[in-house]
Amino acid sequence: MSREGLINAALLAGLVAIPLWAWAGDEPFTITLATRVAILALAGVGLNIALGLGGLVSLGHAAFFGIGGYAMGILASHAQAYDPIMESPILIEGTKLMPVIWIIAIVAAALAAVVIGALSLRTSGVYFIMITLAFGQMFYFFSISWPAYGGEDGLSIYLRNDFPGLNTLDPIQFFAICMVLLLLALWFNARLAQSPFGLALGAARQAPRRVETVGLSPFRLRLVAFVISGAITGLAGALFADLNRFVSPAMFSWQTSGEIIVLIILGGVGRLCGPVAGAALFITLEHFLGELSEFWHIYLGLLLLAVVLFARGGIIGLLAGRAATHD
Amino acid sequence: MTDPVLATYGLTKRFGAVTACDGVNLDLRAGEIHAVIGPNGAGKTTLIQQICGTLSPDAGRIEFLGHDVTATGAQARARAGLARTFQISALAMDDTVLQNATLGALGARGGAFGMLRKALDDNNLRSVAMAALDRVGLADLATMRTAELSHGQRRQLEVAVALALAPRAFVMDEPMAGMGAEGSHRMTAFLDGLRAEAPILLVEHDMDAVFALADRLSVLVYGKIIATGTRDEIRADRAVRKAYLGEDA
Ligand SMILES: Nc1ncnc2c1ncn2[C@@H]1O[C@H](COP(=O)(O)OP(=O)(O)OP(=O)(O)O)[C@@H](O)[C@H]1O
Ligand SMILES: [Mg+2]
Repeated sequence: MSREGLINAALLAGLVAIPLWAWAGDEPFTITLATRVAILALAGVGLNIALGLGGLVSLGHAAFFGIGGYAMGILASHAQAYDPIMESPILIEGTKLMPVIWIIAIVAAALAAVVIGALSLRTSGVYFIMITLAFGQMFYFFSISWPAYGGEDGLSIYLRNDFPGLNTLDPIQFFAICMVLLLLALWFNARLAQSPFGLALGAARQAPRRVETVGLSPFRLRLVAFVISGAITGLAGALFADLNRFVSPAMFSWQTSGEIIVLIILGGVGRLCGPVAGAALFITLEHFLGELSEFWHIYLGLLLLAVVLFARGGIIGLLAGRAATHD
Repeated sequence: MTDPVLATYGLTKRFGAVTACDGVNLDLRAGEIHAVIGPNGAGKTTLIQQICGTLSPDAGRIEFLGHDVTATGAQARARAGLARTFQISALAMDDTVLQNATLGALGARGGAFGMLRKALDDNNLRSVAMAALDRVGLADLATMRTAELSHGQRRQLEVAVALALAPRAFVMDEPMAGMGAEGSHRMTAFLDGLRAEAPILLVEHDMDAVFALADRLSVLVYGKIIATGTRDEIRADRAVRKAYLGEDA
């Protein structure tokens, strides 16, 4: 195994071991922190496919995170109130079943990504950043002004949603669900990176003219990547809302988009487990520095600056060196 | 005479006051190397960009394999069998040499399909890519990062990617630029054999290579073709000697 492979394995083992240890010691709060890490890492894995592989600096991924969150909130709130979402022309009811919620969150986020991607991928560079940001803000203001689902106050659900055969209210069991989904997403990301699609997408990032001259469309490659990316971040949003049993417009805010990017930069852009390392560091800092000072974001900012200036590959880059090329 | 593989008719492109391409008529016939020579800034790259579809002409027409492709995009022209190499290498620098060649093989296949299989485990893709690398003499460096290649090796890789496409015609913008004598000789020998597979429109500054290879030459000066003919005809042409070869010959 390569050095980066070993580091990744250690990182993931740690992310599993810590909540298990907390479970044995009956410290549910630590398990919840680890669950947050897994969910944010999942959102980051989603963005990393667009950002790391595709070179698409999206500052609007909160849109997908929020769509996932609201998909959960809307479905679950209707289900808990025994109030169908729609009666005519066909009856659509809410649901408390996680797998169904996930699928709907993924599909909804993917559809939004098709539209946002098709419009914003016509631009590049700063314009792309700005237009994705604008789309994110659009969803933010829409969610605020949508009273049916809580408006500014957001939407609470009483009980966490169900997963067949598991007690999702037990922190360690919910953590297990999130961790398994994170591992699946990482597995998918690893395969994708080495697949024909990933190869072409990476080439479109590095030398778009070359990709065009072999007859492939950089735009199409990027759009597909953007949709996959949005879908994974949408799934993370559904889990995040389920963790908190609460969804609010904050999930759509530009700060959320910023946090997802920041954790990837901290961990290592384009590195498979960059989002995991970044999310772990982010949550740790938020927890410990947040206790010391309200202004912990300033320290986070300084750290980010240091990484951008001195450690371009983030934590993973610092530990593992330059990304290995595949044989 | 058979129809040309590639032809331009009255191709014109202006950049503000500069007419970089001025009513260019040019054809590339099966089995030949047609060299386009001309001083710096003559409009050679501009001509290639229009032929390959990355720049649209202000006037004129381009035909490839008997079809009017003037309005066709670069990707579609590539899929139809037009392979281009760049004056300044355009390669995925962080990827390996083999991955770059595999991109050409993906192009030949018509799409980057597959998200879960490893591209390099696909024997078809791999053998097409390796064969192309082998032909330009880069097979031993297949697993090297492209950024670590020498300048000349990158030029070779440019050609390998084009080979992997199995095209119907090559359009090469200064494939020997900055290669050094040794590399130039090898590339010359290689292109010599390549014309039998697909004709080559060759833009090149290296006059030794050009006069060793070209079946026909066109001389481009200020966007205009001032002469087209065989090597001997071009050598004997007054206007050419005056405008261009004068300094060299
Ligand atoms: N995008 C552009 N905008 C404005 N002017 C351009 C543009 N591209 C090329 N030109 C001008 O058009 C003319 C032809 O340029 P071109 O690059 O085609 O020359 P070339 O023959 O390839 O030169 P070289 O031998 O240096 O590669 C030059 O005067 C150049 O400055
Ligand atoms: Mg040029």
